[in-house]
Formats: sequence, structure tokens, C-alpha cells
Amino acid sequence: MEKRVTFRGWMLPLLLIAPQVFISAVFFFYPAGQAVWQSLFIPDPFGLSTQFVGMGNFEYLFGDRHYRASFYTTALFSILVTLASMIPALFLAVLADRLIKGSGVYRTLLIWPYAVAPAVAGVLWLFMFNTRVGVVSWYLGQLGYDWNHVLNGSEAMGLVVVASAWGRISYNFLFFFAALQAVPRSVIEAAAIDGARFWRRFFTIVLPLLSPTTFFLLVVNVVYSFFETFGVIHTITSGGPQQATTILVYKVYSDGFVGQDLGSSSAQSVVLLLVVGLLTVLQFKFIEKRVHY
Amino acid sequence: MKQLILGAVAAGTTALTPLVASAQTEVQFWHAFTGRLGELVAAQVEEFNASQSDYNVVASHKGNYSETLNAGIAAFRAGEQPHILMVFEVGTATMMGAKGAIKPVYEVMAESGAEFDPDAYIGAVKGYYTTTEGEMLSLPFNSSTPVLWVNRDALEGAGIDPDTDLSTWQNVEGVLDDLKEAGHSCPLVTAWQSWIHLENFSAYHDVPFATRDNGFAGLDTELAFNSEAQVAHISKMGEWAQDGKFVYTGRRNEGGANFRAGDCALFTESSAGYAGIKSEAEFDFDVRPLPYWEGVGNAPQNTIIGGASLWVMEGHEAEEYKGVGEFLAFLSSTPIQAQWHQDTGYLPITAAAGEATREAGFYDENPGTDVAVKQMTANEPTANSKGLRLGSFDQIRGIIDEELEAVWAGDKSAQEAMDSAVERGNQLLRRFEQANR
Repeated sequence: MEKRVTFRGWMLPLLLIAPQVFISAVFFFYPAGQAVWQSLFIPDPFGLSTQFVGMGNFEYLFGDRHYRASFYTTALFSILVTLASMIPALFLAVLADRLIKGSGVYRTLLIWPYAVAPAVAGVLWLFMFNTRVGVVSWYLGQLGYDWNHVLNGSEAMGLVVVASAWGRISYNFLFFFAALQAVPRSVIEAAAIDGARFWRRFFTIVLPLLSPTTFFLLVVNVVYSFFETFGVIHTITSGGPQQATTILVYKVYSDGFVGQDLGSSSAQSVVLLLVVGLLTVLQFKFIEKRVHY
Repeated sequence: MKQLILGAVAAGTTALTPLVASAQTEVQFWHAFTGRLGELVAAQVEEFNASQSDYNVVASHKGNYSETLNAGIAAFRAGEQPHILMVFEVGTATMMGAKGAIKPVYEVMAESGAEFDPDAYIGAVKGYYTTTEGEMLSLPFNSSTPVLWVNRDALEGAGIDPDTDLSTWQNVEGVLDDLKEAGHSCPLVTAWQSWIHLENFSAYHDVPFATRDNGFAGLDTELAFNSEAQVAHISKMGEWAQDGKFVYTGRRNEGGANFRAGDCALFTESSAGYAGIKSEAEFDFDVRPLPYWEGVGNAPQNTIIGGASLWVMEGHEAEEYKGVGEFLAFLSSTPIQAQWHQDTGYLPITAAAGEATREAGFYDENPGTDVAVKQMTANEPTANSKGLRLGSFDQIRGIIDEELEAVWAGDKSAQEAMDSAVERGNQLLRRFEQANR
């Protein structure tokens, strides 16, 4: 079944992959290599002097219980963001797929939030939940619930999860919607004739057929929640209250740009690189087996 | 055709401008001000450029305080550093540690031959940026100090005499009780909790915030704000938070919105909050000195500053440093300083500028604007009230914020929280010591 193209020489294939190799080298291998190298030193901010400490930065990091706690926070955060952005997206895609009239309008409107930059999304949600002027917190107050994400860690976590997942729903929706369109009608119709109701058809036929898309989105969303949610956290909570929303990437920023501790910050980037690499390998190794292409 | 010619002339003149400018020595000045403050800085620069023809100062905005410092650091690493860099007060230790990246102001002034008298500057202001030997490292630019803002209408509404004495926390506590009893939902709110309720609290009560003269005497300093006086204060604030007498709104100055809207009765915030409060508050307000605990330490000693100073970066030509010296002397001159002080609410950096402001009748017309000056200059600063010089202090403040949040939420006792903040902060100080050895 596999399609293969055979090249006769070496030059053309090398030339074809050259741009990708070049881009990866400049924007990934070089900076990643720099991070690994710098993680072995404690430099001063201005680069005037530097000391070799070997694994010292890593020992320092893992000796800090707050750094270890931030792994737990990150895990919780990324699971919640991934679920909160994929499940509603799938639900909306299924609904939009069933529409006969006006599905174009819904589709367009549902994609809009993706155009909002994370930092802007953060500010929007912050306004709605602002403890003093926020619309939502005001209504909650009317219902007798005292919303205070400034002091309540769970509420803060909930808020950054929702704000991070919101724009992401659009992205996921787009992929799910396209995948749903590709599900062969004949299979579904056959099931319907056999008497399978909508949700049964969905769980036994559609969902398995969507698995390649779901798997792709799972990987992409986990990576997203690890790295790109920085803007949302920075604008809404700055990692607080206490350390309730300090995820790993936020600590990289905080040590590097607030504390000017480049050694520790580089060591954390290396750790983050390994964690995400490992997660992706695990996902491919274990989950991909259950994916039917 | 006419338009074409005009266009060509316009293009020609723009192309020529750099040629004209190159006859002057250019001085790059990176700052962190936007909005009204940004306009005022631009006006100062313009006035300087118009006042002489040898130098041309070019001011650029580089983001907020942190971003400006990072921009300066990155530029230095790339060999593109500006002549003058604005750095907030908590970045002082970082800059001081960067020997080879900075050129101390006293040196710049001596070499440039510009007018410079270190004694003209107010002790409590320059002290933050001066070595223990009395050498001024950076020029104080914008400095403020925390004061107590009072919503007089709110006090009156609760049946409290708005002129009641609020100089001590003992008195304030009584007023908070009365406000709470009268059903007020926000008796006290604060901005910049670490700066006001720990850093300034320590200086004001003349108790150490950190060992080794708050870090002035050496990098081997350790935090010391987990001692009796500070813990007692934080513990009291924690009680007030639990009773709804103190409302926590965030780590920065979020509480300002609550106070300006009239929601809160008392507000501890920088004296530089004046412009905002004056333009927005639709109630009668007062500026009072920051309260102190009667009988604790040597209170009231003096409060310390917050704000930024101007650092001169290494690696430029002697001729350019002459321009830098001229510009810094210009900024310190009495009319410029007096104007800046009156426009912004920041403290004057020289005694003469304060005097000129008084003579012009500004304090009489704007009652309360001199409270901050008096509070800072009431006593000669001690080793505990000269300022703070701690590495990674921006991040240590973050740690303090986290621990204070635990107290306000009722998760930790004040002692536990302060012990933990000290322990975590000390780790960062050791890292900083190692990096700057």
C-alpha cells in the first residue's frame, strides 16, 4: 500500500531536505545546543564572567521542592487544557457536521477565537473574572459565590485553563470538522439501517475513524499547553497565588528574565526539552498503537 | 508636478538630517516610561537638546522596568549598549555587580567636568545608589515612597472623624474596627505589599531587612525579615485579612482601582500615586504619613524609596561621556527637578528642588504633596533605613508575594510564611553571590 518514490542520485533528495535541515539547525539545534552548554555554567547576567559547575544547576533545581512541585502543576495544567480544548471542540464539530443549512457561518464563527493572541485572550478573561469589575465574578457574587482567584489557587488554575483552552478549541474544531467530513457516509448509513442510534454510531464508528486526528491533536495540544500558554499565565496570574499556576515554562521565564539567572534558566529549558521529548515518544509508542490509519 | 517637487524636497531634507545631526555627539538613553511620564521625559530631553548644540540625546522606550533592564543586558552582550540605561531600584545590586559593564556616575561626572555636588542630593534618595564609601554609582531619577491615602468621605460615612490621628497602626486598627462595624466592605487595601509592608516597614522601624547592612556591606548578606517586628505586623495584617478589614487585590497596584473608585477607605501606596488619585477620585482624600507601630523599633525612622535610577554603561568614547555628564547635570538642576517633582509626584532628588517647590507655593496649593518628602527626610538614614542592596531581588519579591498570599489566605502563620520566604530568598542570594564572585 505504501507509496514510495525512488531517487536515482543523492543530490536531489539532499537538496530537497536542505531547507528543512537548515531551518531546524538554525532555530532548533543551535539554540538547544546553546541551552545544554549554558546549563553547565553559572554566568553573570552581563556575560562578563562565568563559572563551570557541571551538574550543579540541575542539583540546585531538583533540590528545590518548589521546582519539583511545578512538575505536578504542569501535569495537572496540561491534562486539563488538553481535555478542555479537545472535548468541546469535538462536540462542536459533531454538531456543525450535522448541520445542513448555515454550517459555513457556524464554522467561521467557531474559528474566530483562534485569531486572538494568548496574551490578549488572557486579558479578556481577566476582565470578565476581575474580582472587582468582572462581569462573571459579579454574577457569581449575586449567586452568593465569592470569586477570588487572587487568593484561591484552584480558582486561579481553573481560570488559566479556561483562558488557555478557549482559543485552542477553534484550532481543534477545525481538525475534527475536516476529519468528520472524511468519514464515509456509506458506513454510517449502513449502521443506521442496522438500527444503531446516533451516539452508538458515534462511539463505535466515528470516533475510531477519527483516531489519527485525535492522536495528532493530543500531541500538539500537550506541546501547546507546555509552551504557548505562557502569555495567558503571565497576564492573568503571574504564576500565583502562592505557586498555584507556576508551570515549568513560567519558571524558565521567571529565572531567566526576572532573576537573570541564565544558568538555572538554561538547565530548566533542557529539562523541559527532555520532558516534552519523552512525552512525545511515549505517546507515539503506546497510544499510536491504538490508532487506525 | 508641484507635489512631486515638494516630495523630492521633503525626501532630500530627511536624507540630510542625519548629516546635520552627525556634527553633534549622540547620547543614547533607554527608559521605561510610557504615557504621561513618557511625554515628560521626552520634554526634558528636548529641552536639553535645545539648550546646547554639542550633544544630542536620543531617548528610546524599551518596555517596562524588567524589559528595559533585559534590553540593556542583551545589548551589552551584543556590544550595542546605550550610554544611559534606566534601571529600577531592585536591579541595583545586579548593576553594581556588573563591574566592567557600568561606569559609576561619580566617575563620569569627574571626567566630564560637568557640575556635580554629591551633597546637593537628598540623603535618603541618593543613599540607595551610593556605596558605603559615599560614591554615587547611579543618578536617582524617579523616586517615591509609600504613604497612607485616606478616603475622608468613607470615614465620615462610617461616623469617624476624618481628621482622626492615623499616624500609628494602633490608631489605624481602631479605625478599621469602626469601619468594619459600620459595614464597610473594604477598610484597608494596599499596593506593592512587599515594598510597603516589609521593606519600608523594616526601614521605618529601624530593624534590619537583611544582614550586612541590608546587603550594602557585602554579597554574603542573608534575609532577616522573619524577626519579631515584621512577623507581628504581617500576623496582624493576616488577622485583618481574615476579618475582612484588609482586602487583598493583587501583587502590584491593583488596589489603586478600588481606592480611586471610592470602594476602599484606607490605601497604602506610593506617593507617586498622587496624579492618578487626584484626577480620578470623586471624593475628598488626604495624604498621610505611613503609619508605624508605636513602641516597635525606633519608629518612625525614615522610609525608603522605590523607583529607578540612571546607570551609565561602559564602552563608549570620552567625548560621549562628556555629553552624558552634561545631561545628568541638566537633569539634576533645580528648575528641571522642581518641575519634575511637581508634574509627577515623584520626590525631588535635590534639597534645592524641594526648596524651590515650597517657595513657589506648590505645597500650599496641593496639600499633602510634601508628606512623602518630610517622611523620608525626617531622620538621618541608619544602616537599616538606607535602602536595600540584594541580588535577584525582583525574584525574591515574587517569593515574598507568594508567602504573603499564603498568610492572607489563612494557609500559613506569619512566622511560617516569613521563615519560608527567608529560606527560599537566601537560596537566591547564594546563587547571586556565586554568579558575581
